Amino acid sequence: MRHGKLTPAALRKYGFVVSFLAVPVLLYVVFVVWQYIQAFQISFTNSRGISPNFDYVGFDNFTRLFDDEVFWAAVRHHVVLLLAMPLITIAIALFFSFLLNLGGGQRNGRMVGVPGSAFYKIVFFFPQVLAVAIVGVLFQAILRPDKAGVFNSALGAVGIGPVGWLITPSLALWTIIGVMVWQAVGFYVVLFSAGMASIPKDVFEAAALDGAGRITLFFRITIPLLWDTLQVGWVYLGIAAFDGFALVQVLSVDRGGPDNATTVLPLEIWRNAFTYSKYGVASAMGVALFFMTLTFAVLTLRVTRRERIEF
Amino acid sequence: MTSTPREITRRQMIQRVGLTALVAGPAVGLLSSCATSGGDSAAPSAAPSAAATSATNPFGVKTDAPLEVVIFKGGYSDEYATQSHEPLYKKEFPQAQIKHQGIQTISQTLTPRFASGDVPDVVNNSGTDMLDGGALIGAGQLLDLTPLFEAPSIDDPSKKVKDTIVPGTVESGFGGDPAKPYTLNYVYTAYGLWYDAKMFEKNGWTPPKTFEEFKTFAEAAKGKNIVPFAYAGKNASYYAYWMILISAAKIGGNEVLLNIDNLADNAWNADAVKQAATAWAEIGKYMDKSYEGLIHTEVQTQQNQGKIALYPSGSWLESEQAKDTPAGFEYAMSPTPSVSASDKMPYEAIRAAAAEGYVVPAKGKNPQGGLEYLRVMLSKEAAKAFTEKTKSLTVVVGATEGMTLSPGLTSVVAAQTAAGQNVVTYSLFETWYKELETELRKQTNALMFGRISADEFCANMQKAADKTKADSSINKQSRSV
Repeated sequence: MRHGKLTPAALRKYGFVVSFLAVPVLLYVVFVVWQYIQAFQISFTNSRGISPNFDYVGFDNFTRLFDDEVFWAAVRHHVVLLLAMPLITIAIALFFSFLLNLGGGQRNGRMVGVPGSAFYKIVFFFPQVLAVAIVGVLFQAILRPDKAGVFNSALGAVGIGPVGWLITPSLALWTIIGVMVWQAVGFYVVLFSAGMASIPKDVFEAAALDGAGRITLFFRITIPLLWDTLQVGWVYLGIAAFDGFALVQVLSVDRGGPDNATTVLPLEIWRNAFTYSKYGVASAMGVALFFMTLTFAVLTLRVTRRERIEF
Repeated sequence: MTSTPREITRRQMIQRVGLTALVAGPAVGLLSSCATSGGDSAAPSAAPSAAATSATNPFGVKTDAPLEVVIFKGGYSDEYATQSHEPLYKKEFPQAQIKHQGIQTISQTLTPRFASGDVPDVVNNSGTDMLDGGALIGAGQLLDLTPLFEAPSIDDPSKKVKDTIVPGTVESGFGGDPAKPYTLNYVYTAYGLWYDAKMFEKNGWTPPKTFEEFKTFAEAAKGKNIVPFAYAGKNASYYAYWMILISAAKIGGNEVLLNIDNLADNAWNADAVKQAATAWAEIGKYMDKSYEGLIHTEVQTQQNQGKIALYPSGSWLESEQAKDTPAGFEYAMSPTPSVSASDKMPYEAIRAAAAEGYVVPAKGKNPQGGLEYLRVMLSKEAAKAFTEKTKSLTVVVGATEGMTLSPGLTSVVAAQTAAGQNVVTYSLFETWYKELETELRKQTNALMFGRISADEFCANMQKAADKTKADSSINKQSRSV
């Protein structure tokens, strides 16, 4: 079939494809793409969100962001999140999934996980099943700053004074990163386990026969053959690092505190829109966030691109 | 293509395309009703739906017009509306359908409705997620309530509504420029330090009258393993900034607070504010750091358990804690201590204000009904029912006649009598300038938990106030009383 000619055959082919795609694409355009376009439009207006009337103000909302210290605090936190959260999550998830799938060494000529790995796999997945708001409320009790908190009462039993997990400005963001990691690890254990399961066992067996230890197996065989899955995980986690709204909203002091120590862009967007009625500024932040996320995703996929290993 | 499993005839193809168009049809309608569709055609005009006015129907409510009421379901819950106010309205207009909604996220729920023009008729704009009043007034979304206050009272038609309520109520709801009453503040609220009268009696304590006494008292309380003063930094830092502002007004008079509301130059650098911040930061040192990470109910429960002596709050506290208050715990309120002997207001001065705002959206379907609903609320019968349900006083004068008041309310009435004319004014910047208010919450926690000094507190707040003043996108408002 040549391009550019609408032969009856082509019409039939495209008609078939179009009829399948039309509804989902339309829904996506109406409920997703259209909102993005509107956010771009609103970011150039002084809309207050409570009246259909507004004026266009050019780049005012964006220049405003340059002087907004809360905005920059939020951006800095995303940088920290982006560097720390995916790295910690992937490291822990890889370690666990290696143990669960290959860590038990050989048995009857096959690679197996540590004893009880089927059980652990399910347990690790539990946090993923909980809604993020529930995770927030759970950790509210766990991280309570006085002796009634779960962590602090445990620490108190061994004589360590209550730790202000969320009230110490230098510690608060790391506490929230810890909760994000806790919630994410299970999913990536399962994802990486699936990736490992699809690596042919004879590769491992051959390497093991040649005398490779578990550490060599992990770094020389598992990671290279798992690269595609890791890349996907990295992009997902990176995008999650641009969020954090729900946990910060529920856990932090006065939503983003103390002293802006935990605030994130989605929270500031929410605050500008619903507390300050500055929809224009909120949308400008949203547009900034959109480009940050996009840049991250493109960069990650470019930088981590490697030759695919076929097996 | 030969791989297509079945041949698709031209007719089938056309049918499918037609189906797509059918799906696309309503979607296009959706698009046109989105946030940026523009124009003010969405806002229905209020005037045409009015009926003739009469002595019993001063706003000309159409008798069968439905009424939609949104109540903030917080400390007062919404039973007072569903079980008293709405039935009373219904008694006047039996044909009217009342649609009631009791929610906490007022702003998140109603903002999109204001944007689209489909608004309720009465909104109880309250709570931590309240709508930005200044922005609503600026956008012409609220009805001027002057006709309500000028209308005859339900209890005594020879009196105007404004003459049956506590003086200052009308002014407390002022907004816009020129200032007009847009909000009916319904609840008479007194602010101060709350304590368990029984605990104080048992220990032979009296609430401190000066900050010197406050420190002596704090040491005594600490000796008994009781935290002398605490508030919840996680979500109620404003309880603490009220205390700072009240002290500032006691030192320098109400002008200090008026200047803050009017964004006057150096309002936050005033000596009175600095002294008040210094005094309260000293008291903050007696607080455990963990209070910054607790929410108000957690701290209030600790007070009920006898772990905290003084707690800054308003007169809703007793009713809010009713379920958790153990037998033998008796709420009482004391004024904030005096900072110095040269304070402009005496120790007895309290901040008392009409609070808990009710507004009537200007572009609703039944704004006359909205006004009438508020007039019903201001009748003695409705006010009495409110006090019975919520254990809180209303602005309606004489509505509690013949009622037995709870210990907390009795102490409020006593404090009110003792204060006489020495009333600390309310702060309107809290609703006018939400960004400034957000900054004040942050800075209050930083001050009270010892991260910044009083000087830094004033400087940071002045910077935020200057920023608000310079921001052309924020509607400026002013007050003179």
